Amino acid sequence: MDILDIAIIGGGPAGLTASIYAIRSGLKAVIFDKGIYGGQANQAPWIENYPGFDEISGMDLMDKMRAQAMKYVEIKDSENVESITKDDRNFIVKTSKEEYHFRSVIYATGSVHRRLGAPGEGRLLGKGVSYCATCDGFFFKDKKVAIIGGGNNAATEAIYLKKLGTDVTIVHRRDELRAEDSHKDTIVEMGINVVYDSVVEEILGENMVEGIRLKNVKTGDISDLNFNGVFISIGDIPQTELVKDMGVDIDDSGYIVVDKAQRTNIPHFYTAGDVSGGFRQIITACSEGAIAANSAHEDLAKPYWT
Amino acid sequence: MMKMDNELERIRKKKLEELMMSTEWPDKPQEVKDENFDDFVKKYNVVLIDCWAPWCGPCRMLGPTIDEIAGEYKGKVAFGKLNTDENRDIPMRHSIMSIPTMLFFVDGKLVDTAVGALPKNTITEKLDSLLN
Ligand SMILES: Cc1cc2nc3c(=O)[nH]c(=O)nc-3n(C[C@H](O)[C@H](O)[C@H](O)COP(=O)(O)OP(=O)(O)OC[C@H]3O[C@@H](n4cnc5c(N)ncnc54)[C@H](O)[C@@H]3O)c2cc1C
Repeated sequence: MDILDIAIIGGGPAGLTASIYAIRSGLKAVIFDKGIYGGQANQAPWIENYPGFDEISGMDLMDKMRAQAMKYVEIKDSENVESITKDDRNFIVKTSKEEYHFRSVIYATGSVHRRLGAPGEGRLLGKGVSYCATCDGFFFKDKKVAIIGGGNNAATEAIYLKKLGTDVTIVHRRDELRAEDSHKDTIVEMGINVVYDSVVEEILGENMVEGIRLKNVKTGDISDLNFNGVFISIGDIPQTELVKDMGVDIDDSGYIVVDKAQRTNIPHFYTAGDVSGGFRQIITACSEGAIAANSAHEDLAKPYWT
Repeated sequence: MMKMDNELERIRKKKLEELMMSTEWPDKPQEVKDENFDDFVKKYNVVLIDCWAPWCGPCRMLGPTIDEIAGEYKGKVAFGKLNTDENRDIPMRHSIMSIPTMLFFVDGKLVDTAVGALPKNTITEKLDSLLN
């Protein structure tokens, strides 16, 4: 069986960039993606901080990245990686379709949306509860929605929904949004309501979302507010399940620990993008992918631990 | 007499299935619209409709999975794709507020709904249970 140089797991910005660098440096690589590439970036309604594009939708940017990567690399779409193990020489990557052997792995699986954990959330998923404003915003035109969260993604989603013609209220657990100033200014300009110091106790509704029960964390007051939709944007959980058994170091927040060259504690095992924590943007995911590919190349030429 | 009827029914069904297999059973998802939705879900015993829209990232993830399953379940399950951007009535009728949403029909009746880009085996498990 052929043993290739690198398995790139995840076809988001990190994995796609890693593939371009890996193959141009002369390595043989494939990308596995359980969906069809693009990752979370597909959910960004628009991106205004990826240099070279004033404004571009997440999907358009990912289409371009993929088209460029495909000039070099084979992307195995809809091929979920189910396990990664190591024998004395190689990594054995088992997918939903086959088993492969590789000399090294770049692990770039990104993250999944964090759940709120409030009663009603699971039951009302798809009935007013959503984790993706770009996907579902359209169904809430002229309706009233709450966005739970206070970071950049929550702010972007709030602005996007407001532009669609939705009545938007941001609910945040602190007394100030974490989002960058440019977002905060837009929120004020557009007249988006913000409810501070509040956590969701319950999502209300029988068969459809009817509202949320909020608790003010300072006063302890409970209040019920009416909404047709609840968009949850309270951060992400890095997808590290596959590497835990391998003994890859993970920090207290759940991210894979890497050095500046994107090396983990396991030789020939690198990671890049959201799963390795840090700034968690497209530009940094790309940068880390490039660095990981370069490290893989160097280490195959001359192992760093000898 | 009863037995005979059953037997006849069985043969009729089998012939029908064979006919569908050989001629018109789609091995890939068919585009379904508001207008032909009802006809489509009534035409086959078991039907899965994937409700999607072009702007939806997770829908893109689900698309190829559905295509793959459609090939494997040819002759058993018919697959349709409904663009919720171009077709408003059906999403409204089924209170769809999130995409992708999969609608499962048996004998023209809605029996299950699933939201999100689910993994392939979760979907095939659902189909298998409907087929039994
Ligand atoms: C609403 C929203 C708005 C955003 N806006 C911006 C913005 O304006 N600017 C910006 O820079 N960033 C933005 N981001 C963040 C950006 O999307 C992420 O930082 C970036 O996508 C991370 O890239 P990644 O390659 O690390 O992971 P991802 O993009 O998440 O890609 C990971 C890929 O790995 C695949 N995968 C996971 N597990 C497996 C497995 N077991 N087998 C096979 N494949 C697997 C997934 O299918 C996925 O395609 C936004 C995010 C969201 C949600």
